[in-house]
Amino acid sequence: MDVLYFAWVRERIGLPREKVETSAATVGDLVAELRAREARYDAAFSDLTALRVAVDQELSDFDAPLSGAREVAFFPPMTGG
Amino acid sequence: MDIRVQEAPFDLGREASAFAARQTGMGAIVTFTGIVRDLGGTLDHMQIEHYPGMTEKALRAIAEDAHARWDLGGSLVIHRHGRLGPDDMIMMVATSSRHRKDAFEAAMFLMDYLKSRAPFWKKEVAADAEGWVAARDEDEDALRDWQR
Repeated sequence: MDVLYFAWVRERIGLPREKVETSAATVGDLVAELRAREARYDAAFSDLTALRVAVDQELSDFDAPLSGAREVAFFPPMTGG
Repeated sequence: MDIRVQEAPFDLGREASAFAARQTGMGAIVTFTGIVRDLGGTLDHMQIEHYPGMTEKALRAIAEDAHARWDLGGSLVIHRHGRLGPDDMIMMVATSSRHRKDAFEAAMFLMDYLKSRAPFWKKEVAADAEGWVAARDEDEDALRDWQR
């Protein structure tokens, strides 16, 4: 699936998007897999209360299932307007 | 509903006039415009990042909610991204209704929701420092007020 990062999450991880091969059942499982990869991922995901997630471009939750999802995005709380 | 996400500046007068010209039988049009502020007096520019694809969907969903809640004739949302300087226009909303209360409330609702539910992120860049603008608790409180 495509995993996208925005704002300081993108800066901390060092890339805007990547393809991830995963069998993670939920968003939380995917986060655990990413954190286990490298320190920069671990740092970016260290406080989930500071993060929001969208699954297939819809705001979602960290316990949401990932079955069939094509695109998951992680970002800080939005600051539009 | 007219939703536009763009890097280019927009002409507030022209957009407001064109929006008004598309309405018929409406007694009220409300417009709101958001401007880049230089709160500390050191801002060089603001960089606005967004999530292409989701941004348009999220704005459309928010506008659909507004149309479901109030008696609206039309609505317009223009939101810019990219590099903006102090006093540049970031975004505008316009609403029309037969009654001013609906037009005002719907415009407030659009503003409150697109602040916290449309995927934009603002970074402030000064000569010697830069930082992402943090979301404020008051912005979430505003959404709760609409859910009562």
